[in-house]
Amino acid sequence: MSELGQFGLPVPPPTVNLETQRFWDATAEGRLVLPRCDNSGDVVWYPRERCDGPGSNSVTWFEASGRGTVYSCTVTRRIPGSWRKAAPFVLAYVELEEGPRVLTNIVGCDPETVHIGQAVQAVFDPTPDGPALLRFTPA
Amino acid sequence: MPPVTIRGKALIAGVYEHPGRELPDRTLPQIHAEVAAGALADAGLTLADVDAYYSAGDAPGFGALSMAEYLGLDLTYIDDTETGGSAYLVHVQHAAAAIAAGHVNVALITLAGKPRTGGAGPGGSARFSSAPEASFENQFGMSVPGGYALAAARHMHEFGTTSEQLAEVKVAASTHAQHNPHAFLQDVVTVDEVVSSPMISDPLHRLDCCVITDGGGALVLVSEAVAASLNRHCVPVLGTGTAIKHTSGGRIDLTHTGATRSGPLAFAEAGVTPADIDYVSIYDSFTITVLMTLEDLDFCEKGHGGRFVSDGALQSPGGALPFNTDGGGLCNNHPANRGGMTKVVEAVRQLRGEAQAAVQVPDCELALAHGTGGSLATRMGSATLVMGRST
Repeated sequence: MSELGQFGLPVPPPTVNLETQRFWDATAEGRLVLPRCDNSGDVVWYPRERCDGPGSNSVTWFEASGRGTVYSCTVTRRIPGSWRKAAPFVLAYVELEEGPRVLTNIVGCDPETVHIGQAVQAVFDPTPDGPALLRFTPA
Repeated sequence: MPPVTIRGKALIAGVYEHPGRELPDRTLPQIHAEVAAGALADAGLTLADVDAYYSAGDAPGFGALSMAEYLGLDLTYIDDTETGGSAYLVHVQHAAAAIAAGHVNVALITLAGKPRTGGAGPGGSARFSSAPEASFENQFGMSVPGGYALAAARHMHEFGTTSEQLAEVKVAASTHAQHNPHAFLQDVVTVDEVVSSPMISDPLHRLDCCVITDGGGALVLVSEAVAASLNRHCVPVLGTGTAIKHTSGGRIDLTHTGATRSGPLAFAEAGVTPADIDYVSIYDSFTITVLMTLEDLDFCEKGHGGRFVSDGALQSPGGALPFNTDGGGLCNNHPANRGGMTKVVEAVRQLRGEAQAAVQVPDCELALAHGTGGSLATRMGSATLVMGRST
């Protein structure tokens, strides 16, 4: 985990399992693919092969826009371990156009300029294993 | 049929907070044993009296199985419920229910940890890495302060809460800690000192964060029959509530905690309202944790926490709602990075009239303790207890 990615942040490989394979395979191709509940139509985050609504728990996967807005953000300035050399960096929740709020980083900009309500666009930050991390940059 | 209640059926007979804040020469099991002995001695009981044991993720090895053997307990009831730092309040609820049901006579709850001087860390790391959410949260540099900062930033955005208002929480805690000879930090600080301390993760400064200490604590709960045989002021458990708040499939709201559900449950069971409470122990991992919890427990309107904590409202005695008179996690102690245990301990001290004299709430009849385990930024186990001076 000593390597930094294209945006100067660590790119730790995710653990891919049977439920998240579709999501991570798509990230390797630069696409955001998410599960939608067959019952309620709600988009489910984190990605998984089930939704938690009443009735059927089945989901159908679809390609999302990658557009969103910053729901909350913080500039982390002090942190121990492998992220220390990446500080200051922006940790954020981004609310996707399709609904879910996802934990992520805002990259490709001055951390001090990131703010709640800012429009952002998905970028895919490759990990050494192939899957890419879903990060965002100002739109 | 009326609902079964635990109200007054179980009493806290013994409490103990380890006086150490740096314990390099002890193992984790040794600290568990020390605090167990301390709480049992406080109650006037021994290890041989214990029939139920409660431990959480800080207990090494196989939890209650390992600790029962190490401590030499003969158990017929165990509970390893893990909700992070609030687990010990959940344990009180579970022990009270088991006592009310007649399954348990003497319940022991212990906590121990050494995050300051190393040694074995808290348990549960293997469980964390295999969590279904792990790869969607752990890849982004979310420190504990960073997560709570996300909640604080959103609270500021929606309600206009300020860093100076958050600092008031730390100021009140430090004002109390000066009277606690065991407190890790005993210096009184000002709002200016808090907001000019180094920024960790905006908007949280270093002095918005709790301390990192070794140590531990323990509680002993008993039935009414056992309590009647003891020569010690026993504190009845009047109301309990637990709630899990999570990300709801991606619909997380960062501006409230699980206290919105655990609080009403505890108040209803106790048959009291927030206005009746004389003293509160509120888990203070960070200043924002206290402010949001006070709102969610309905001590003030949602969004008004910043105004509520201003002007010394949390200071004892004399403030509108005295809180964390031991100095709390912000100043006194945060053993094992888990603050729930010491919250119950200080509430019991207040109800017994055994808090430090300078911060003792006069005629303290009703106290509330609240724990928040996990993270405000993702999922948390919230637990609320209402305790009385007498039934």
